[in-house]
Amino acid sequence: MATTVTDTPTLLEKYPAGSILPQEGMDQETWVVSRDVLADLARDLRDSNETQFDLLLDVCGVDYPDREERFEAVYHLYSIPRNQRLRLKVPVTEEDPILPSLIPVWKAADWFEREAYDMFGLRFEGHPNLRRILTHEAFQGHPLRKDYDPTRRWILTEDKIYRPKLDVPEGLSDDMFERMTINIGPSHPAMHGTFRVVAELDGETIIASEVEIGYLHRCFEKMCETHNWQQVVPYTDRLNYCSSFINNVAYCRTVEKMLGVEVPPKAVWARTILSEFSRVMDHCVANGSTLVDAGALTNFWYLFQPREEIYGLLEACSGARLTVSYGRIGGLAQDLPPDFMERSYRLLEIIPPFIEDVEKLIDKNHIFHKRAVGAAAISAEDAVNWGWTGPCLRACGVPFDVRKAAPYDLYDTVDWEVPIFHGGDVFDRYRVRFAEIRQSLSIIRQLLDRGMPDGPHIVDDPHVALPPKEAAYNQMESMIYHFKLIMDGIQVPPGEQYDMVEGANGELGFYCVSDGSSKPYRIKVRPPCFPIFSAFPLLINGNSVSDLIVTLGGLNVIAGELER
Amino acid sequence: MSAEPLRKPSEEQHPKVYHSTEIEPYKPGLAERLYLPLFAGLMVTIRHFFRNVFKGPEYSINYPEERRQYSHRYRGHHILTTRPDGSVRCVACFLCSTACPAECINIEAGEHPDENIEKYPLVYEIDMLRCVFCGYCVDACPEEAIIMSNNYDMAYFTREQSIAGKSDLMKPFTFDEDRLGYRPRFPEEDVQRAKMRREAFSLVEAARRARGEAPTGELPQQPAG
Repeated sequence: MATTVTDTPTLLEKYPAGSILPQEGMDQETWVVSRDVLADLARDLRDSNETQFDLLLDVCGVDYPDREERFEAVYHLYSIPRNQRLRLKVPVTEEDPILPSLIPVWKAADWFEREAYDMFGLRFEGHPNLRRILTHEAFQGHPLRKDYDPTRRWILTEDKIYRPKLDVPEGLSDDMFERMTINIGPSHPAMHGTFRVVAELDGETIIASEVEIGYLHRCFEKMCETHNWQQVVPYTDRLNYCSSFINNVAYCRTVEKMLGVEVPPKAVWARTILSEFSRVMDHCVANGSTLVDAGALTNFWYLFQPREEIYGLLEACSGARLTVSYGRIGGLAQDLPPDFMERSYRLLEIIPPFIEDVEKLIDKNHIFHKRAVGAAAISAEDAVNWGWTGPCLRACGVPFDVRKAAPYDLYDTVDWEVPIFHGGDVFDRYRVRFAEIRQSLSIIRQLLDRGMPDGPHIVDDPHVALPPKEAAYNQMESMIYHFKLIMDGIQVPPGEQYDMVEGANGELGFYCVSDGSSKPYRIKVRPPCFPIFSAFPLLINGNSVSDLIVTLGGLNVIAGELER
Repeated sequence: MSAEPLRKPSEEQHPKVYHSTEIEPYKPGLAERLYLPLFAGLMVTIRHFFRNVFKGPEYSINYPEERRQYSHRYRGHHILTTRPDGSVRCVACFLCSTACPAECINIEAGEHPDENIEKYPLVYEIDMLRCVFCGYCVDACPEEAIIMSNNYDMAYFTREQSIAGKSDLMKPFTFDEDRLGYRPRFPEEDVQRAKMRREAFSLVEAARRARGEAPTGELPQQPAG
């Protein structure tokens, strides 16, 4: 890891004293920035050779009603070339919650700023389309403000539904065709979820489009604030439900860091293996749905069979197939089943033949090539600027993978590579996923060959994990801890923590704020497919409607995670 | 539209990232242009076809005639366990409803006639439509009074039906060992507990017979049609 950004003062000299204050004692480098200098600072941070923060990971608001400056806009930045992270906090008052929009610097800010506006009422000056994104147009108030009652209900009617005014480029008009505006989605079988794309068509070509999301919004983040830390785990299952275990791991790791808890080796080992299996499963779904959208239905069945088998393993571990809830703060919910090794080795035998079958069908299939090569291509520069991470970014040729850049669990102890493709199109997004499946299987095999570590599956700390049931039934002390932990919950020390894992479709981050009570003060998920999907109009404009369909599956946009 | 040109990572600052496989961009050869590899693909589907015809479909399950075998950790419909005399084990301590992330458990406590037992639930309801089957109630229970079965057949005609009360949760068939799901597991005590459950079950049956009611010991029949 390179030195901290603060060690390179030349960048900061031009700003007036007091406008940038480094905050001490944080989990990562944090600056409190005055909003007057934010726009200039952001551009400098991106362009200066000392910083090169080319990736805007997340923008979110936090509400502190007791402070003089009530709201805080929090920006998480990452520099791919320098492998550095930086957090900017910009306090604003309730009366004047105006910040400069960072869209000119990072396109990724577009949807994140709209979300902060929707949830907190922060206004971003210069944002071209600052309106609600996750909630309905007729929704009143800002749900993540602390004074918003979580049980509040609104009657939302269709007459206020949003009708976008599309920004049709000039000079495209062709007398041959009639222009029309169509809605694709929200409930369209090819949309893989509830997304709505409003597209202006010229013949069959999309000339302008706008994406409308929020149909699956359930305000996960507000619900987290009304439950205790451990109760959030089942909620995280519902983010990216194709690989729910990775979400468990990401959340639990963040809270464990806040608590300073060390997870037992057996749980770390199992988390790594099951995360990789979840990733295989997720990539199978993504590739399967790309291919089924391209008309290659057979592959969908071939790819869903490995997924079915992996579900069997997850069910044997946790008791549920889809929403596993297997992670717990401090370890795993239960010990691994006795036949875990045999089942995992068997999976390693079962999965590759199916992948090979699909590759035989597709890799040299000129029909699919003609459909996918060059379709919805994005350059590496654009992808980074739009905040892409994960397989979609690696298909553009950017070798960024959290498992390599900031290794967690056991990823730095195994031998594996980050597959990179350069096309940035549908075909390379398809190929990068299969290459990653092979890497994941190799990681799993290496870990299995090491053997299962002995020891407990969850940390032996009665303030974090429930005591074993035998002890809770038979010993007074354990019984008291058992009651205390369930009635009061885990007490997380005050502070902030951003931690990330490589989710199946990119960097999955959790930004948690604790005020020392048993309930989270604020949990912000950095959903990987949110910035990816925000670039969707860029991908499809100028292409045909069928390209829209074939693009969507390969982006692996999961509604549960996108809209939370 | 294009953004700033991307700077390449420098080796010394970011050493790990560069261990990556770089793969040549795809260029179709003559064979691909003539669509010849499609025949290799056709062989794959033909192989799968004949395997399915002669060996039978490997992965399809003809639900509901056939059912998938789930593990003994499956988190299905809840069960309220009983004491050997057939009364409910639950002591209405409210730990399960406190731990429930979906807030789907409703308990009303009453005083137990036996003075050794403080409380028991007058009402114990689980809203099965709200429940997310996370198993937190089982983890929370200090009495092993609530466990889960591997029954996932939960379909209702009305919302009222979906609220499972005490009688639904204590149905005798749920004491069948094969139908138990997620529960605290004690390998050494499992046999003993299974015996206790069977005894409790036979006591309930005996009491029913004594009252002249029909025994309900059999597993529920599959709904016809």
